[in-house]
Amino acid sequence: MSAARAWRALMAVARREIVRFSQQRARLLSAVVRPSLWLLVFAPGFAGLAAVSSGPPYQGVALTYQAYIVPGLLGMVLLFNGMQSSLSMVYDREMGIMRLLLTAPLPRWYLLLCKLAAGTLLSVLQAYAFLIVCWLAGVGLPWVGWLSVLPALLLGGLMLGAMGLLLSVYVRQLENFAGAMNFVIFPMFFLSTALYPLAVKTAHHASVIAWLARINPFEYAVTLIRFALYGQVDGPAALAVAGCLAVFFALAVLGYDPQRGMVRRIRR
Amino acid sequence: MSSTPQAPSARARLQVCGLHKRYGTVTALAGVDLRIDAGEFVALLGPNGAGKSTLYQILSGLFHADQGDVRLCGHAVSRAPTRALAHLGLVFQEPTLDLDLSVAANLSFHAGLHGLGRARARRRIREELERAGLWEQRRTRCRALSGGNRRKVELARALLHEPDVLALDECTVGLDVASRADIIEHVRALCRDRGVAVLWATHLVDEAEGAQRIVVLHRGRVLAEGDAAALTRAGGASSLSEAFLALTDQRRSPAGSPA
Repeated sequence: MSAARAWRALMAVARREIVRFSQQRARLLSAVVRPSLWLLVFAPGFAGLAAVSSGPPYQGVALTYQAYIVPGLLGMVLLFNGMQSSLSMVYDREMGIMRLLLTAPLPRWYLLLCKLAAGTLLSVLQAYAFLIVCWLAGVGLPWVGWLSVLPALLLGGLMLGAMGLLLSVYVRQLENFAGAMNFVIFPMFFLSTALYPLAVKTAHHASVIAWLARINPFEYAVTLIRFALYGQVDGPAALAVAGCLAVFFALAVLGYDPQRGMVRRIRR
Repeated sequence: MSSTPQAPSARARLQVCGLHKRYGTVTALAGVDLRIDAGEFVALLGPNGAGKSTLYQILSGLFHADQGDVRLCGHAVSRAPTRALAHLGLVFQEPTLDLDLSVAANLSFHAGLHGLGRARARRRIREELERAGLWEQRRTRCRALSGGNRRKVELARALLHEPDVLALDECTVGLDVASRADIIEHVRALCRDRGVAVLWATHLVDEAEGAQRIVVLHRGRVLAEGDAAALTRAGGASSLSEAFLALTDQRRSPAGSPA
């Protein structure tokens, strides 16, 4: 596979994802409306109840509750779009496009990587659209954060997209997507520091929740974004996200191996 | 190298050697050999469940064979899939168009997957769509096309990268007589004019009739091979369809045969 061939395949996959995304106005709209509701409706009401920490990365910053939940909501944008990539794989399977992809003269892992890269590009674009909403809403975020958050969004988006790819090996039909929402998106979102610091949670509940949050890949993506938004790097979170990315992607490649589950199902 | 009954031949575009495939206890292919040279139109004739689809899945790399191998222009699909698949054009039995994209977008998606550069992709898309009589509809969403035209788009797509081997799996199912005739005529012309090696799977005897060579597949084995006249003689019948029934019925006898 030459570099030119690899690039053309990546462009073909990315162009298709972008065209499909732009055809789905509702998806475009909901990607911005969903986190905006949390920011503009939930946050003002909840602000008085939650004691947000002034620990790292917030030292020396006048922190509002709205500013606190922005990283979690950016994570939510990535998480939702990661699941959408999963949906797009299931759609491809139902439409027969999966056959076309799997019989293209390209290594299978590379095709999956193209899908993942295209999905992540959409994730990051949506995250920036939401950052514009934050700015319009007057949430005080450091300007340098707009740039320094980019690597964190890319890494987090890749990891959550790879999780979506892995999920698509097991989600058989489009209808099951609602189930994936309930069993994946909401638990991951709530069992994290997206809405309030973990210290608050552990004060009231058994350490179970804290423990669950510690094994939640989404939690590390949120932490990574939280620090990156203030121009800092949280090393352990970055490692955890990169590690999850590697594991999820490797498992997804195995899942799309011929002979194994996935291709068997497209025989139907 | 695995031991194969036939040595790889330089002239063969598609070469299938000793192919075996089982699904659990079901034997789908029980030692299939097949060879197609440049410009040959070979019909793979078999009743439903003969193993045609399994053969296509193996030659397109979707599945691995238990034994034996498939070579496309000398490259083994199992060992060098990307090199082998570059020589193969496929039309699947099931529809495989993205119905929400335009005709042109579907084609350029495929061109990208096959590594065609922008200029070549544009030229090839135009050539194939003009040949199929669908150039005017290039901006139409595929959902708005008739079944026959969707198939023509899929055929045009399979030809974009100028493959040496074209494999079509029951591609006329559900089409009206005129569309069927169009597609068959187009594929014949490809053999004649461009030297494409064609494997045309069907369960319809009349589609196989004009092929240079007919391979009768039944229960995962090649029962007979030859042109229509030779097969008619072999089946001791007066027409190909009678011969086909006689040949496949032999193995259906209640006395039973080793599967």
